[in-house]
Amino acid sequence: MFEIEVDGRKIQANEGETILTVLRREGVQVPTLCFMEGLLPSGACRMCVVEAEGMPALVPSCSYPAAAGMKLKTRSPKVLAARRTVLELLMANHPDDCLYCSRSGKCDLQNLSQEMGIRGRRFPATRTPQDADVSSPSIVRDPEKCVLCGKCVRVCEEIQGVSAIDFVGRGSRAHVGTAFDQGLNVSSCVNCGQCILACPTGALAERSYIDQVIAALADPSKTVVVQHAPAVSVTLAEEFGVKPGKDVDGQMVAALRRVGFKRVFDTSFTADLTIMEEGSELVHRVQTGGALPMLTSCSPGWIKFIEQFYPDLLPNVSTCKSPQQMMGALIKSFWAEREKIDPASIVSVSIMPCTAKKFECSREEMGRGGVADVDYVLTTRELGQLLRIFGVDVATIAPETADTPFGERTTAGKIFGASGGVMEAAVRTAHVLITGQEMGDLKIQPLRGQKGIKELHAKIGDLEVGAAVASGLANARKLLDEVRAGRKDLQFIEIMTCPGGCVGGGGQPIGTDQAKVRARMGALYQIDRDEASRVSHKNQHVQRLYQEFLGKPLGEKSHHLLHTHYQKREVLI
Amino acid sequence: MGTATTEKTKGAEGAEAIRAILEAHPGAGRDALIPVLQEVQEQQGFLSKEAVVQIGRHLKLPASKIYGVATFYNQFRFQPKGKYHIMLCRGTACHVKGSQRLLSSIVKLLNLQPGQTSRDRLFSLEVVACMGACGLAPVVSVNGEFYAKVTPRKLAEMIQECRQKERGDVSN
Ligand code: SF4
Ligand code: SF4
Ligand code: SF4
Ligand code: FES
Repeated sequence: MFEIEVDGRKIQANEGETILTVLRREGVQVPTLCFMEGLLPSGACRMCVVEAEGMPALVPSCSYPAAAGMKLKTRSPKVLAARRTVLELLMANHPDDCLYCSRSGKCDLQNLSQEMGIRGRRFPATRTPQDADVSSPSIVRDPEKCVLCGKCVRVCEEIQGVSAIDFVGRGSRAHVGTAFDQGLNVSSCVNCGQCILACPTGALAERSYIDQVIAALADPSKTVVVQHAPAVSVTLAEEFGVKPGKDVDGQMVAALRRVGFKRVFDTSFTADLTIMEEGSELVHRVQTGGALPMLTSCSPGWIKFIEQFYPDLLPNVSTCKSPQQMMGALIKSFWAEREKIDPASIVSVSIMPCTAKKFECSREEMGRGGVADVDYVLTTRELGQLLRIFGVDVATIAPETADTPFGERTTAGKIFGASGGVMEAAVRTAHVLITGQEMGDLKIQPLRGQKGIKELHAKIGDLEVGAAVASGLANARKLLDEVRAGRKDLQFIEIMTCPGGCVGGGGQPIGTDQAKVRARMGALYQIDRDEASRVSHKNQHVQRLYQEFLGKPLGEKSHHLLHTHYQKREVLI
Repeated sequence: MGTATTEKTKGAEGAEAIRAILEAHPGAGRDALIPVLQEVQEQQGFLSKEAVVQIGRHLKLPASKIYGVATFYNQFRFQPKGKYHIMLCRGTACHVKGSQRLLSSIVKLLNLQPGQTSRDRLFSLEVVACMGACGLAPVVSVNGEFYAKVTPRKLAEMIQECRQKERGDVSN
């Protein structure tokens, strides 16, 4: 602990802290563009400069360590002019597109320009026009709005361990691109969307399917149904300015009906179904000497990741489709039959916290006879937009419940939305499969929380069980490398692409940070605490579905509709 | 079929040659990247996707990073050279004598950026820091043959000549 002086005020700082950390703790606002909590500072944008007495140049506070006796000025004329110039230079090469931009109102560049009171262009533009990359089913990249802060590059490398993108070229031709400047669709990008959340501008956005959904809703020859993922109901309210951690499940269901969806189904129903199928698959693998540890398969970014980077471990991946795709397959088979509707006239929409789900639903494995099981995926952000377009107010609408036969869920299916939730739900049901008895206390603390890797080693009956959970694909890499190196104490591994699981998904509201992820997780576990039905095998409608249609877990029909296989994928890695 | 087989054999030979280069840089990381890229380009004429992946595997670097680093320098190319490989000197002497104008006229005439090869594989363009012929500035070379004191007009004629030669070749 030592003292520094900031704008004439004495402040305590600790060894190893950056100037920015100290200033923020003291409530001194310093603008930043390239700085990101949890990543190594790059010092690229120089937005955060401060003046340090005795130093010839201004120092970037985000990457400069505080030192004893330092005398800093954070708002001297020199500092303010420098920040302003940084901003004006960025704006010189920026299109005047705010009126049309998906990021307007949530854009760091726009906000900073407003905060600094910039009222006109000072420098002429020097960069060449560039085309947007619209090749990906999930991500749209518009290099003209890029300020080259490098956050997307760092997230892709440090958090996701993918490195699909990097800085390419230099000078006025510098841009962020893939290897050989190929389209994102043929690159190693796993469509996770974490780069969108990191981006300070509208240079990165999801590929939107709102127009297609609106058109389908207006088409009388179509039956448009919707499913919503567990993480969405605990997040959506944020799109309307409510503070994080509020569940609006009932209001959201009502709002979706108001928009015109014929049926509103809950993806947590097929999460419960996943537990039945995946649990049985695990038992089957253990009994027949199948590949272990089994790896979960519900997160499509992770699936593309393993296809590219760890194809040798593909036999370990559960053959279960994701809950979204199970629901999609059931809607266009069982439900279509029951309602006597031609599957080809059904438009199946899903609301997901995820951009990779857009890619998943377009995969060849995810349909039958040229008909896709899920037609359009909208992110939580897009649902917010859709509701605003339709003028539906989530705050005042009276709650309603989801539709049968895919509306019932247990809280085990709901906690799928948090990293560790799939595993917790699986262990609850596995306990019954192994011992014939329900667990005493259903809460499994070691599997909860925001740690990147969590493990559970326990005895269930006579069985030593080893389970691990990873979120963020760089963390997945660590576990997979251990498995490759011969680690044997794990039978089951849950992997979620995004840090914290789906609640931290790349389709969640702009401004998502770890504190918000924690609040959303809290809301999911609150639901688990409050409700009575907490184990997947007690979902009555899942049981009925087996009796009336599927037969038994891993049976013929399940095999056909709910399971699939993945293959090695050749991309430049 | 025939072509496919040749291409494949070529690919296998290429991979073998690159392996030899990589083996001379054992356990290397980021530091070895530039020398490795130079040697591979020297050997292969350009950096192919396959070569970049192979280098990446050895150095434990993602393809995007290698491409990013390589595009930072003018010396690397990612397409095979054209039948006529044009090198333009951008050294100080040539710059003073107007090589920038030459560059813009080539870019316009051939619709090529430095490092690129035309679709018909006829022309490729490379910009080099200094060819060491400053007395002759501005200098351009085509397939190793030097041309001194080149003007945009002379350049257009040179390109025209190459094109004519090609037409001759085809009609023969
Ligand atoms: S990225 Fe930001 S500044 Fe640029 S057009 Fe969009 S909202 Fe405006
Ligand atoms: S979507 Fe994910 S994998 Fe793709 S570029 Fe962005 S961070 Fe990387
Ligand atoms: S795309 Fe966004 S995050 Fe990536 S460098 Fe550009 S502005 Fe930064
Ligand atoms: S925020 Fe400090 S240099 Fe960008």
